[in-house]
Amino acid sequence: MSNLFDLLVAGLATGAIYALVAVGFTLLWQTSQTINFAQGEFVMLPAFLMLAAMHVGAPFWLAIILGILLSMILLGLAFKLLLVDPMMRHGVLPLAIATMALAIGIKEAVKQFYSAEASPFPSIVPTGDVSILGHAVSLQSIGVLVVAILAVLGLTTLLNRTSLGHQMQAAAQNPTVARIIGVPVERMILLTFLINAFLVALASLLITPIYLAKFSSGEVLGQAAFIAAIVGGFNQVRGAIVGGLLIGVLDNLAAAYVSTQYRAAVPMLFLIVVILFRPQGLLGRAEERTV
Amino acid sequence: MSGFARPLKIALGLAVIAGLIIVPMNFNRYGLFILSQWAVMSIAAMGLNLTLGYAGQVSLAQGAFVGIGAYAAAIMTTHGWPLPAAIVVAIVLSFAVGWVLGYPALRVQHHYLAFVTLAFSTLAFLVFRNESWLTGGIYGISNIPRPHVFGLATNKPLPFYYVCLASLAIVSLAMWWLIRSPWGRAFMALRENPLRAQSLGIDTRRYTLMAFAIGSALGGVAGALYAPLTQYIDPVPFNLSLSLDLLMMVIVGGAGFYFGPFLGAMIAVLLPEWLRFTEGYYLMLYAVAVMLLLIWSPTGILGILDRYLAERRTKAASALRAVAKSRLETAQ
Repeated sequence: MSNLFDLLVAGLATGAIYALVAVGFTLLWQTSQTINFAQGEFVMLPAFLMLAAMHVGAPFWLAIILGILLSMILLGLAFKLLLVDPMMRHGVLPLAIATMALAIGIKEAVKQFYSAEASPFPSIVPTGDVSILGHAVSLQSIGVLVVAILAVLGLTTLLNRTSLGHQMQAAAQNPTVARIIGVPVERMILLTFLINAFLVALASLLITPIYLAKFSSGEVLGQAAFIAAIVGGFNQVRGAIVGGLLIGVLDNLAAAYVSTQYRAAVPMLFLIVVILFRPQGLLGRAEERTV
Repeated sequence: MSGFARPLKIALGLAVIAGLIIVPMNFNRYGLFILSQWAVMSIAAMGLNLTLGYAGQVSLAQGAFVGIGAYAAAIMTTHGWPLPAAIVVAIVLSFAVGWVLGYPALRVQHHYLAFVTLAFSTLAFLVFRNESWLTGGIYGISNIPRPHVFGLATNKPLPFYYVCLASLAIVSLAMWWLIRSPWGRAFMALRENPLRAQSLGIDTRRYTLMAFAIGSALGGVAGALYAPLTQYIDPVPFNLSLSLDLLMMVIVGGAGFYFGPFLGAMIAVLLPEWLRFTEGYYLMLYAVAVMLLLIWSPTGILGILDRYLAERRTKAASALRAVAKSRLETAQ
């Protein structure tokens, strides 16, 4: 039993990070039909920005702020203006391919300009264990969970309780009508790109102390977030959160109970089953099919 | 390409073919390897172009089919079977698996289909890696023999390059015939408007599955040539990135254009080699080049040519109209 409890906690902690990344992923899809194949690399990069800031002498807290700001400029603003805007009107596929190329570019740039080796990354949460219900739970897992939950709560409050959030939702659901009633749609889309950049930077800060900073670490993460987004429901923020947690737990349980060799297969099979029997995702609304 | 005169096109085609045969004769080992790789990847990309470009079904699993073909060829030829038999098995196997993978396409479309095929791709990789009794696991299969063609050994790089080139030629001719046949037109109808295609009496169900199966079978052919080309295979080359690379080739070359896969494979295989003088930067430059190209022309390289020719035709037509109009006016 204790084993199961530990697995659940660890699974929820990784799942919470997946959820952050998946939420950003669905936001981009909803507002601009961008399938961002570089989302994993988007999580990998901010850690290196922070490491680079520390190399030039910034203390850790300043490096975090600089890292988040830089990633909002690069992965939010520049990504939207330079790549998404010129390609948005040409349909989903060419843009998706362009983000694949972007993923290669980011990976290679980090490898070339920083290092091909894995670098350790300081944790914002102190190491150690606390006892909960007689189980030793690492502070790291708790810290990750708390920060991720706060971020998600903050985001849902923004989306559902503020005028700005309502405008963003309107821009996502029906841009034409939103424009008519005076919502600055372009600015709202830009805002979702900035939020995505913030979320991936946060995820980067949380996950990198656990898995080390490496140029190739985005591949696995991007795929997990991808699956989480689809399983939960591509068009729902709630869905992405549930999907993220579910995939995190499933992944950890599969590693313990199925086999380490086929652990990666479990989320994939789950994905196939969900797509075939409930393509809109567990919590998603059905989208009308074109034609 | 209809903007050029027919004899000119034939001459150009013959020149390219002659060039592909004659120029590599004094290439070194590595140059021939890269060119053979181009031929093999062109075959795989051509298959994906049929599935995606002509029939409009997104697939992120073409790399897995190259893997299936490669393992089929590697296992059979190391057990003493001749390569042609292995190619037939690779085709049948990829066709059957591709057919089954087509079933989700009957239920879901577009990005959902992309994700199902992506999941399949990862599952296939896990099977290649973990079923070591069959595939040799992470140690792979080595000493894959190269075939004898008409009694001639093709162990040297140049003869095997000709084997790849000849296979590419055969596949190209078959594809040329296929897209001009009623089947090809049915595939295009499927892409443009499935509902209308169905109302015209096209069995969209069967053609969707066919598009997947034939495209996948070509992936299998490419794999069956890849194994003897490298003479050693392990699971790594057949992971998801190969599927993504092949998709990139098709889109960059120009999806739905006959010559798209040739160009796309050329860019994906040769451009990084040409950029090698930039050392560590070559993949970065390649990524930037792909992004810039897609920003400039989302329909790929042949999209640029297509637009240019269309513009020229419109200009020529309006010039003719102007002439005709002025003639009419003078006649009045």
